[in-house]
Amino acid sequence: MRKVLTGNVAVAYGAMLSDVQVVAAYPITPQTTIIEELATMQADGLVDMDYIRVESEHSAMAACIGASMGGARAFTATCGQGLFLMHEMLHYATGARTPVVLANVNRAAAAPWTIWSDQTDSVSQRETGWIQLYCEGNQEVLDTTIMAFKIAESLRLPAMVVLDAFFLSHTSEPIDIPDREQVRDFLPPFDPGDLWLDPNNPRTFGGITMNDAYMEFRWQIQRDMEKAKAVITEVHEEFARVFGRKYHQVEAYQAEDADVVIVVSGTVASTSRDAIDLLREKGQQVGMVKLKTLRPFPREEIIETLKGKKKVAIIDRNFSPGATGIWAQEIRNALYELPEGDRPLIYGYIAGLGGRDISVKVIESIYQKTLKDNRPDDVDMWIGVNYV
Amino acid sequence: MGRDLEKYLRPEVKSTPFCPGCGHGILMNLILRAIDDLQLRMDEMLFVSGIGCAAWIPSPNFNADTLHTLHGRAVAFATGAKMFNPKLKTMVISGDGDLASIGGNHLIHAARRNIDLTVICANNMIYGMTGGQAASTSPLGALTSTTTEGNIYRPFDLCKLVIGAGASYVARYSVTQPVSLIEAIKKSLTIEGFAFVEVLSTCPTQFGRRNRYDSPTDMLTMLKESCISKQEAEKLSPEEMQGKVITGEFSYGGT
Repeated sequence: MRKVLTGNVAVAYGAMLSDVQVVAAYPITPQTTIIEELATMQADGLVDMDYIRVESEHSAMAACIGASMGGARAFTATCGQGLFLMHEMLHYATGARTPVVLANVNRAAAAPWTIWSDQTDSVSQRETGWIQLYCEGNQEVLDTTIMAFKIAESLRLPAMVVLDAFFLSHTSEPIDIPDREQVRDFLPPFDPGDLWLDPNNPRTFGGITMNDAYMEFRWQIQRDMEKAKAVITEVHEEFARVFGRKYHQVEAYQAEDADVVIVVSGTVASTSRDAIDLLREKGQQVGMVKLKTLRPFPREEIIETLKGKKKVAIIDRNFSPGATGIWAQEIRNALYELPEGDRPLIYGYIAGLGGRDISVKVIESIYQKTLKDNRPDDVDMWIGVNYV
Repeated sequence: MGRDLEKYLRPEVKSTPFCPGCGHGILMNLILRAIDDLQLRMDEMLFVSGIGCAAWIPSPNFNADTLHTLHGRAVAFATGAKMFNPKLKTMVISGDGDLASIGGNHLIHAARRNIDLTVICANNMIYGMTGGQAASTSPLGALTSTTTEGNIYRPFDLCKLVIGAGASYVARYSVTQPVSLIEAIKKSLTIEGFAFVEVLSTCPTQFGRRNRYDSPTDMLTMLKESCISKQEAEKLSPEEMQGKVITGEFSYGGT
């Protein structure tokens, strides 16, 4: 079945088709239509779940963790400040090994107030132990929501589906809605094994650990995060077999013979494809890499894809004050171990903060600067900034 | 708003940010009336607001220091500002979702400390700005975008909550009771200690259209009919009290 859906409604369809059992959420623009749509779906009898509008995002994630520990498939959605408020709970969800799924609509940080898109909210959660899956279009949003439950539950790690505010959340696209029974076969009910709040088998959770045990708990998270790379690939492949759409942690486009490779994430990928096509028509050897996962970071795949390239231009719709864009940090880190001849020059660009448009023209200018400059600037180049 | 109050507005502000028929515009006017009656100087005042429609009453409109803070945190920001500069008349103006839901803990603790703040809570019974979700103040059975079959949870009685926490001055009036409301705001600005005024306001855009108040006037009429005094309430049976709201002063001078 095909429908024309916004990114937010696509998230709600993904959660509904995944037979989510508990939703706890708090309204925040531009996420709110996700939880509104889920409330309507519940009222229409499309999904059998418990739903509560709690008093804050902090409580929303706490309630999801509690539900998940009780053996439920739990879901919430938020953005920007809401995700910042959840931060403490995000760490807890990982430590408690609760496979909660959260849809985060990328919204820039206050102050000053803004509701427009950038990735500061989600990249700021890089160290929380959440799997982060970035989406380019609304079909990917819906499909990723379903896959996120499968990935999270098989690893007992929480997963975040990330979509750009307004560019996806409030923009409509024709979407293929997967068949419900096929989704049920693909994603069986959540099986918490023997690790849940089972009244017949009472155990204590969340107690204190001493320094002889804490590191082992953390190590297990790291071990499973590393395992997640293979799990995500398997889930992508299985999804492609059943539903005919293939996703990648690292997706190369026209990159094979490219001298300059532009690396992007989120909706900038779609714009970049157009920019690459236009530049290719003019005979430019340029390609693109779209990154879907920030955590786990697909280090090996990145090395394989970018090895031997002359120049890599990374567009970060985020930045770390006093350092560089987050994707640029990650890629520099991954490529450092390559021998000098194989190691590309890395050009970092900060663009599109607070929803400023990253147009085809902007991407072309990034390409031209990268092509022209023999060495990258010492610091990231800020695109389109009126320096004052 | 009367032309005589324009001196309290930032010259570059051209219009109010509110939807047609919103009760917050009335409240904005009444707050400035109270300030004008008391002859308070705007350069000796600080207005702090959180997130939501009501937070736009002072910010950026009032020609004073206006601090637009994080969702729920207005009272906490105001506490810090007041502690460092106790001479500032510090007024928090925000909504029910902001002050009583996500920021509920700050509200009750400020009341417990009895810190010298004035808090004006514009209660429109719904999350207006985000599109009409159920709030902690939505009446039982209210239709909202997250309770399409009716709200199943009881609303807060905010005045009782704040009295229980120890506030010095607590009052509740509706925007349809402007004279009493101006007097209450004046008292809230002059009394020592934590003062809380719950203002029943209207949201025709989000609450009204979902709950069969087909025009802004219908919502104001509903408020007029449902607001009664303590004396009137004493004469009514529990059945007759259904749908009524008691307005008045509930705590004065910490008693």
